[in-house]
Amino acid sequence: MSVAPGLQAESWHLLTLIERAPGFHILADTLADLVDEGHPIVAGTADLKYSNGLVAFQERHPDRYVQFGISEQHMVSTAAGLATTGLQPYVATFASFMAYLACEQIRTDIAYTKQPVRLIGHHAGITLGFYGTSHHATEDLAITRSIPGLTVIAPADTAQLGAALRAAVDHPAPIYFRIGRGQDPDVYADGTHPFTIGTAIEHGTGTDLTIIATGSMVHPALEAAQALNSGGISTGVVDMHTVKPLDAEAVARAAQRSRIVLTVEEHNVIGGLGGAVAEVVAEYGYGTRVVRHGVKDEYALIGPPTHLYRHYKLDAAGIEEVARTAVGS
Amino acid sequence: MDIASDSWYFSSMLTPTPPVTDHDDELVDLISERALFARLETVRLISIAKTGHYASGFSCAEILATLYYGVMRLRKGEPDWPDRDRFLFGKGHAAATLYPLLADWGFFDPAELDEYTRLGNAFGDHPDMTRIPGIDFSSGSLGHALSTGTGIALGTRLQGRPSNVFVLLGDGELHEGQIWEAALGAAHHDVANLIAIVDRNDHSLDGRIDTVTNIEPLGDKWRAFGWDAHEVDGHDVRALLATFRAIVEDPERTRPAVIIANTVKGKGISYMESEFGWHLGWLAEQDEINAIEELRNNR
Repeated sequence: MSVAPGLQAESWHLLTLIERAPGFHILADTLADLVDEGHPIVAGTADLKYSNGLVAFQERHPDRYVQFGISEQHMVSTAAGLATTGLQPYVATFASFMAYLACEQIRTDIAYTKQPVRLIGHHAGITLGFYGTSHHATEDLAITRSIPGLTVIAPADTAQLGAALRAAVDHPAPIYFRIGRGQDPDVYADGTHPFTIGTAIEHGTGTDLTIIATGSMVHPALEAAQALNSGGISTGVVDMHTVKPLDAEAVARAAQRSRIVLTVEEHNVIGGLGGAVAEVVAEYGYGTRVVRHGVKDEYALIGPPTHLYRHYKLDAAGIEEVARTAVGS
Repeated sequence: MDIASDSWYFSSMLTPTPPVTDHDDELVDLISERALFARLETVRLISIAKTGHYASGFSCAEILATLYYGVMRLRKGEPDWPDRDRFLFGKGHAAATLYPLLADWGFFDPAELDEYTRLGNAFGDHPDMTRIPGIDFSSGSLGHALSTGTGIALGTRLQGRPSNVFVLLGDGELHEGQIWEAALGAAHHDVANLIAIVDRNDHSLDGRIDTVTNIEPLGDKWRAFGWDAHEVDGHDVRALLATFRAIVEDPERTRPAVIIANTVKGKGISYMESEFGWHLGWLAEQDEINAIEELRNNR
């Protein structure tokens, strides 16, 4: 793609961002396909159609697209109203603005009233790196998980996002989709793992350790597990793509099978996946040690995302190191 | 004292629809009578709860009665009719004044109101769409309803339905930033089937609006946001009817409209009209009897 005559080949502008984010192609394409298939879908965003790729949805179905402008609270409440007329609204913005700025609208207008709205919180976690704390979302799982009636899904990669969007079509409850920057490495590109809301995907079993990960952390967790298994530490991985309702049975199996359960999330260790898993293990009384790994109740530094993952030990090597410490090897 | 009786409710009179008439004088009389009915029922319901928003309901009684008996497309006993007009109560704390009108339309049994605010009852200080037939959207947190109303108006328009969406806002509610997000958004998308009404009773909880946070010049603000703005005496039923009709019967309308209804908070009870502290309150037995008498005499 040429940016402008006379510029270097490496130069790029806003629109080329989408080319580099397959996760956002799948978002727009899946929703547009669902419209083609007859689903009463309306999609909109708050001045971020180039960041989340919904511009491609707009091109295919301009009559089903709503531009809300930089009015996130208005967008979420409007989606609630749209849903009462029989439409199925999908609204998208950065996860930080969705979960924090529009929290009350999500809770009172959508979840309490049981409107089947799909909230897309993209660029979640620390994917916005050097954009800073205002754009980091490391408490959104804790917030959304505590709202009654709201389903919370964090897909691991592009393929799983597409599958989750399709699985959600007839889901009777509102959903918060927590997605990254559309550039997650492939986990499920081969299509061999069917997606069911509320049913975790178990990758192998480990007598020493089960890593329970969600969203962007599934891929590095699988890499870490491979290294751990090679090194003689029996490790399984659970992809907990649905954070609520949590697959408590998968957690129970992990807690019964393994000496240690390690949760990994691109999120504060308080209230998110780690909190949810710890609640289940404690209430069942298994006595299994749960180690929560993530952002340790702090505001993340700024920096390029890959550097931040390394710094917070949220890459494969970091997760492996945390796991080795946890199992005492 | 028996301040209410089922015979107040048209829905108990086996009429096929509320007796809306095309004859304006009769219609104005009917609406005025229903506004009194709404006020008297508000007094009765608050006497059950022993606390409530008398004054906020009294300021919009004529607005509600005009909408429900002279303006809105509704079908008796069919609160979910897809082609109906919608009503959203931004200032949801005055819901006790709306509930009797919904019962009157046969959306639920008026007897259900006898347990108003009791443990587990559907009818509370704020309206709940999940439990009350005829409530088109829940409210309570100020500032949301113009957005939810925009969504309903967009959704019905997209599906080719003829519905108008009426959103009654408090003037204090206009302090909420989301109102102005919605004002921008509805104008941008030419949501012409959205009609807001501002119950300008000049008061919020802490006193006069102009001392709390000034919102004037109000008509100019809405016009600057791209809305058609009208101003009317919110207790003058004939003027309200004419204003609503001018909007909904205009085939050329392309923009959302707002009616700024100048009202008196506590309208109908002399001491409530002059004391903002009656935003929330309760009347002991003899005071309640006197209030009912004054309401009847002021009709």
